[in-house]
Amino acid sequence: MRAPADGDGKRGAAGRVPAAPAGAASSDVAPALEAEALTLSWNAGDSVVVEDVSLSVGAGEVVCLVGRSGCGKTTIMHALSGLSRPLSGRVLLHGHDVTGTPGRVSYMLQKDLLLPSKRILDNVSLPLVLGGLSREQAHERARPLFERFGLKGTERSWPSELSGGMRQRAAFLRTYLMGNDVMLLDEPFSALDALTRSDMRSWYCDMAHELGIATLAITHDVDEAVTMARRVYVLAGNPASGVPSRVEAEVRVERPPAGVSAADFALTEGFLTAKREVLSFLR
Amino acid sequence: MAQGYDSDQPAIKASRRAPASSARHVRRRGLRRAVVPAATVAGLLALWQLAVVAGLIPNFLLPSPAQVVSALVADAPLLTSHAATTLAEAALGLLIGCAVGFAFAVLMDRFEMLYLAFSPLITVSQTIPTVAVAPLLVLWFGYGLMPKVVLIVITTFFPVTVSLVAGFRSVDPDMVDLMRTMNATSAQVFWQVKIPAAAEQFFSGLRISATYAIVGAVIAEWLGGFSGLGVYMTRVRKSFSYDKMFAVIMLISALSLALMGVVGVLQRICMPWKRAERN
Repeated sequence: MRAPADGDGKRGAAGRVPAAPAGAASSDVAPALEAEALTLSWNAGDSVVVEDVSLSVGAGEVVCLVGRSGCGKTTIMHALSGLSRPLSGRVLLHGHDVTGTPGRVSYMLQKDLLLPSKRILDNVSLPLVLGGLSREQAHERARPLFERFGLKGTERSWPSELSGGMRQRAAFLRTYLMGNDVMLLDEPFSALDALTRSDMRSWYCDMAHELGIATLAITHDVDEAVTMARRVYVLAGNPASGVPSRVEAEVRVERPPAGVSAADFALTEGFLTAKREVLSFLR
Repeated sequence: MAQGYDSDQPAIKASRRAPASSARHVRRRGLRRAVVPAATVAGLLALWQLAVVAGLIPNFLLPSPAQVVSALVADAPLLTSHAATTLAEAALGLLIGCAVGFAFAVLMDRFEMLYLAFSPLITVSQTIPTVAVAPLLVLWFGYGLMPKVVLIVITTFFPVTVSLVAGFRSVDPDMVDLMRTMNATSAQVFWQVKIPAAAEQFFSGLRISATYAIVGAVIAEWLGGFSGLGVYMTRVRKSFSYDKMFAVIMLISALSLALMGVVGVLQRICMPWKRAERN
């Protein structure tokens, strides 16, 4: 990941970069995940929901995709994860075509989707067990990560015994153990209360940075997008009334220097400029 | 017992709101839940005893509870051997019924066509009165074990199938999507997600099936057989021994309750996460 910007807040965020047709060019680091001109519908035969969407996520980079509810964000995630096939366009993972192939990138859906019948250790080990490891081997791999994911002491708990924030952490760990270096997060913090949400956000960004995970997160919360991401794609359109969504803009966010808290960053000119920029495309 | 297991929930929810007095509150609630029905039964039995002793109802029509208990004690060895036959038939029939019900549910969940084809038939099969089928089964399969087991299988597979199919269908499609992004095979989705998701409904169905199993066995025995509580029942009816009649009714109820209790214990063992959800 690139070193944080020099912190000259007055310079503000860099100007908007128009959405490039091929996403690769707009990222500063080698792209881990690229979408090339994706055109999608909810189901085969339905009307087009998302048209000509190109984006890219660099290795170790956090990128957000913002848009109103119902504009097709989750549809894009489904296509990127390989769960659905696009009407046209390609999904590239480290340059290889993975269009319509599930299991190549880690995908965290909006709900935590922990299995109520499994203890937390078994829940987070699930991708490893599905991948062919024995339960004991999977536990051995998962256990040391509990501390890093703030889950220490919950190994033997049932999901119903944990708070929303802890369940979300467990879902993050399970997603991480899917073992891919690209993570797709669908509204990862929306189920949490405001305080937990901001804690979890900075925790996630630190962790993703440390582990070198490329992250594409979708959100309808502009503040969240600008707080987390280095680049924000703005998706706009109204598929319900027949106007397919497109990426209207790609806004760069000048990251604050290390050590600046999210709360302080939210008061800087850089943050506000980027936020204004994003909002101007959502209107 | 099985009933209390289900209706625990409101008490626990209330206790969450008021943690200070929770333990005492729950205990008092639990006590009341045991005492009230017990007192009701005791009261009714006392009334019954009084009515018979006072001569309000002629004793040859209705034995008193005390007479019923003494009949039960007096005939205990005979009742035990008949009960053993009935229980063996019920257990065998229930096991096979469960297996058949499970197989049906899995196939109907896996193949939409089978679901469409068989779900109305399975429902219709439950509208056929057991008492009407039983003589035919005796005609076809004789007086041995076979017609009893067949009748029990017919009556017990239905609750199992219906509850399992509903349970399988209750799985969140997002969960299945998530499993697909983890490269899960459909067998893995079945064992890791669908089976646990259907467990609760399965046990509710099994509890109903367990009571059907005992009643089914008794009905089958009525219509022909050499031993079993149904056979005993027809014999004492023909000899107008109503005290023994009531004794065997009590025994059948007790056996049904015991079988339901076994299902409850099985459920606790198979679904340890449910206990955590209650606390």
